[in-house]
Amino acid sequence: MFETINMKILLPELILICTGLAVILLDLVLRKKETVAFIGVAGALLSAYYNFSLMSLGWSGAVFQNMFVLDGYSSFFKLIFYISLIITIFISLNYIKTERVSSGEYYSLLLFSASGMMIMAGAADFMVLYLGIELMSLSLYILAGIMRERRTSNEAAIKYFFLGAFSSAFLLFGISLTYGLTGTTSIIEVAEALNRLGPAGRNITLIAVIFFVTAFGFKVALVPFHMWAPDVYEGAPTSVTAFMSTGPKAAAFAVMGRVLFYAFGALQLQWSAIIEPLSIVTIAVGSILALSQTNIKRMLAYSAIAHAGYASIGFLPGTQEAFAAMINYLMIYIIVNLGAFAVVVIMRREGIMGEELSDYSGLAKKNPLVAFLMLIFMFSLTGIPPLAGFIGKFYIFMGAVEAGYTKLVIAAVIFSAVSAFFYLRVVVYMYMKEAAEPSVLIVPHSVKLVLAFTSIMAILLGIFPSVLLDFARASLLG
Amino acid sequence: MVPLSWYIVLSAVLFSIGVFGFLVRRNLIMIFLSMELMLNSVNISFVAFSHYLQSMTGQVMVFFVITVAAAEAAIGLAILIVFYKNNPTLNSDEINLLKG
Repeated sequence: MFETINMKILLPELILICTGLAVILLDLVLRKKETVAFIGVAGALLSAYYNFSLMSLGWSGAVFQNMFVLDGYSSFFKLIFYISLIITIFISLNYIKTERVSSGEYYSLLLFSASGMMIMAGAADFMVLYLGIELMSLSLYILAGIMRERRTSNEAAIKYFFLGAFSSAFLLFGISLTYGLTGTTSIIEVAEALNRLGPAGRNITLIAVIFFVTAFGFKVALVPFHMWAPDVYEGAPTSVTAFMSTGPKAAAFAVMGRVLFYAFGALQLQWSAIIEPLSIVTIAVGSILALSQTNIKRMLAYSAIAHAGYASIGFLPGTQEAFAAMINYLMIYIIVNLGAFAVVVIMRREGIMGEELSDYSGLAKKNPLVAFLMLIFMFSLTGIPPLAGFIGKFYIFMGAVEAGYTKLVIAAVIFSAVSAFFYLRVVVYMYMKEAAEPSVLIVPHSVKLVLAFTSIMAILLGIFPSVLLDFARASLLG
Repeated sequence: MVPLSWYIVLSAVLFSIGVFGFLVRRNLIMIFLSMELMLNSVNISFVAFSHYLQSMTGQVMVFFVITVAAAEAAIGLAILIVFYKNNPTLNSDEINLLKG
């Protein structure tokens, strides 16, 4: 009747939440605000250490009557969240001082949001999944509007809040329909109940799947549910935008994969047919609307939309192999995207917003190294070999072609070529235009570290693609 | 004895009214209330299913939804107040600094 709760499995999340609480309190006592940030990083590293040592000791399993699991799948996504969280903290150190954001709540909200994502990745029950999504989103609503004096930040928070809450309602309606039809909210039991139901029962469940896809479509910003993304990404503080376009996006893909593959695996053909048009329209709209943007944050927002479209192609074949390609793609995308945002963050200096494309003119003369790294990130986001972005797209497309989605892949490759225009325009500004005014660009040490890590990974993962893909495959197995 | 389908229809109708209000209303407070209507319509269907299936899971879920909705309301209204201090309007058509 009573199981002894194996708290070990919850340890990574507990450590992160406790660090978040400690950060709020210590912010009141500590004079030097950097210390608070480093406590956050230490907490994240400790949590990551426990997570992967539990995995290697074979402590994986489920707790709370199979509501929460620690498995290879969640561990792979947690690695994405740790990278996203730690890099965001590093690039925030100087940025939030420039923006005069109070550090205590900023870092603790980042930590809470990351623990929400970890709960999402480990959720094996719709109840836990919903709570994880809300923990992540509620923290992000505040983070988007944390620059209280700036009107764009206020507006971003309002838009993010309303559309985020709207999508949560759709998620709940989907959960309630599934519960009514199957009598359970557990993901494994839903799959079993669907196997018992006949074809007629399954078709009714398809309505619930549509609600789920709508809700997740909002969270990962698939067209036509993407309207909030450009506004929120532009208005939010740049470091928060870097975080939002990586961690939460990956977390939404994690739950989407968990729900679609594990709970509604029996309806794979049906949900593939729903996602197929969404993915290609997302790629098209993201790539085309990015062409006319002059604000780099807004351009990267549309680029994030297009990349969500590419990643969602990984769902279509419904095979383990294609799914491994998808999570491989997500890992590469978040690393490269964080690198690009690290450059955007250092362009913001006292008195200079540094968000317009014209601010990048002549960057190659001012700081050749930063310009070169930005070039690597832009080439990688475009998908030019031998960089990591190419490898990610290659495996996704290969999986789709093998499953017979040839037309879709041809269209996606064409839009990938279109996207080269706006990515390379940044490079053109940096290398071929003269700077308007001579201003120095100082790169803080923490950002140097981030730039080194992300650029080395962008090159290494492109040269040795099998390392990450094998890790992704192994994660899906156990 | 009211059959299950009545509750589900009621819940779906309320949810649709919420969606409609969310999309059509221009006052931020009304949009916020439409959202609450959507969440509570889901609660009705959870409780109805829970009673029909004789399983407690649905009612437990309702408690969580109510709690989270309260947290969401607190954060949402706080964001609204901060917003209103800098932009004295509640008309969603006038929230147009960010576009393109």
